[in-house]
Amino acid sequence: MNEAATPWLRFLRLLVTVVPGAVWLVLFVLLPTLLVLYASFLQRGPYGELTGPPGLGNYLRLLDPLYLEVFLRSLALGALTTLGALLLGLPLAFYIARHPRKDLLLFLLVLPFLTNFLIRVYAWLVLLQREGVVNALLGLFHLGPWELYPSYWAVLLATVYTYLPFFVLPVYASVERIDWQLLEAAYDLGATPRRGFWHAVLPQVYPGLFAGAVLVFIPAMGTFVISDLLGAGRVVLIGNLIQQQFGLVRDWAFGAALSVVLMAFVLLFLYVYARIQGERGLEELV
Amino acid sequence: MRRLLALHAVLVYAFLYLPLLVILALSFNTSRRGVRFTGFTLDWYRALFQDPRILEYLMNTLLVALSSTLVSTLLGTLLALGLVRYRFSLSAFLRYLLYVPVVVPDVVMGVSLLLLFAFSRELLGFPRLSLFTVVLGHITFQLPFVALVVRSRLLLLDPGLEEAARDLGATGWKTFWYVTFPLVWPGVLAGALLALTLSLDDFVVTFFTAGPGATTLPLYIYSSVKLGVSPKVHALSTLLILASALLLLLGRVFLRRR
Repeated sequence: MNEAATPWLRFLRLLVTVVPGAVWLVLFVLLPTLLVLYASFLQRGPYGELTGPPGLGNYLRLLDPLYLEVFLRSLALGALTTLGALLLGLPLAFYIARHPRKDLLLFLLVLPFLTNFLIRVYAWLVLLQREGVVNALLGLFHLGPWELYPSYWAVLLATVYTYLPFFVLPVYASVERIDWQLLEAAYDLGATPRRGFWHAVLPQVYPGLFAGAVLVFIPAMGTFVISDLLGAGRVVLIGNLIQQQFGLVRDWAFGAALSVVLMAFVLLFLYVYARIQGERGLEELV
Repeated sequence: MRRLLALHAVLVYAFLYLPLLVILALSFNTSRRGVRFTGFTLDWYRALFQDPRILEYLMNTLLVALSSTLVSTLLGTLLALGLVRYRFSLSAFLRYLLYVPVVVPDVVMGVSLLLLFAFSRELLGFPRLSLFTVVLGHITFQLPFVALVVRSRLLLLDPGLEEAARDLGATGWKTFWYVTFPLVWPGVLAGALLALTLSLDDFVVTFFTAGPGATTLPLYIYSSVKLGVSPKVHALSTLLILASALLLLLGRVFLRRR
């Protein structure tokens, strides 16, 4: 029995382990993706149904400056959110990694993140509205009240808030693995603390920084809920356009084309990331 | 430098907790509107418990979360086992397919599932959008996370242990059941917990795949926020915050004991 891995048994084992999951992925991941691609070449019928003949019409519509502006706004949100997460998250990751009670600090970092996503976004609406907490605090200094909500900046604040743990965790994992002897070696060679940090410490954190950037940039660029709630219709991102096409507007073909473009941005970004990090980089994302 | 880092950390943690504390305070506030604290009350909690719809939404949420977690944990664990143990021609392709739900923005995932269900209804006559389609959607985004978590646990296993069991005469099945599975179990549990939290938290995929009558708590919160919030939502949010804190605490205690 020990060596009985006959082809038949091997096949049976594959059938039991891999096949159910593989079938699921093909049916619910691969097939829907292909359907989106297919639908993006169709048109909207008179009753909002999908109809032929296939063509590039939807993609040509996307060249309108109006839509280009939406793409740029989404990409900018992704970039600014990543920058915000970097400014808040990098020092925090160092602080946590060198703290004697890092377990507790990590726990406290993840805790708000486990609270329902909508509640966290809604909480910022409460904080930023005209009669909100932030304006009340500003009032103490005889400032404001300011129209903080709805605005692009309110959306940015909430994306940074929502995705910050995605950034801190991989960076923290990299900081944990730092070989501090390299810093001492740099000092021995006469480096100043600043140069030691830039040349001996920070490069060791790059893998975590890149992983964190991917994990923050992609969902921030693709969000529709945060811009919907904190932009209140005034901040339109790709995600909002897609939601409108599949909702009120009922132009699924155009919505599909927008989805293809959003996926293309994601793939481009991941391609660059994989070129920098190698294939192992993808595994660090989970 | 250390002082500066500590100050920065205090500020970031304040940033993380301030919004939650505000919701907590508002849930006990007598004022219906605005954030000025006018007095302490439990009225919103009372109103919440007297609303029969809330119980229905809670049951829907739990039904979706538990059934999808069960299926995705089973499929994901098996898939991880197969991917680690066997080399076959499509394994690289499957691994890439596994990453798609992880990286694709959830709005794209939501609309692609909506399209799938629409095409399938046209061709085969089912499924109608309902809690069932929501469960299908949730399994789809949970499956890769479970598979990847279990897979990383499997890759850490010492192959010597299994070989030792084989050398001592254990059959393949016995080796799996007495050696491999107990070692992988914490990974399966961690994957299941992750799947459960992902499902409880999900709004976007649910939003696109839910039919009429398939309202979950996140859908309810979204529509109340859009329509102008009743303070009941603050009470509900506070209870959910406490529930998730409790869940995390339990998970921590449980995993530490192992």
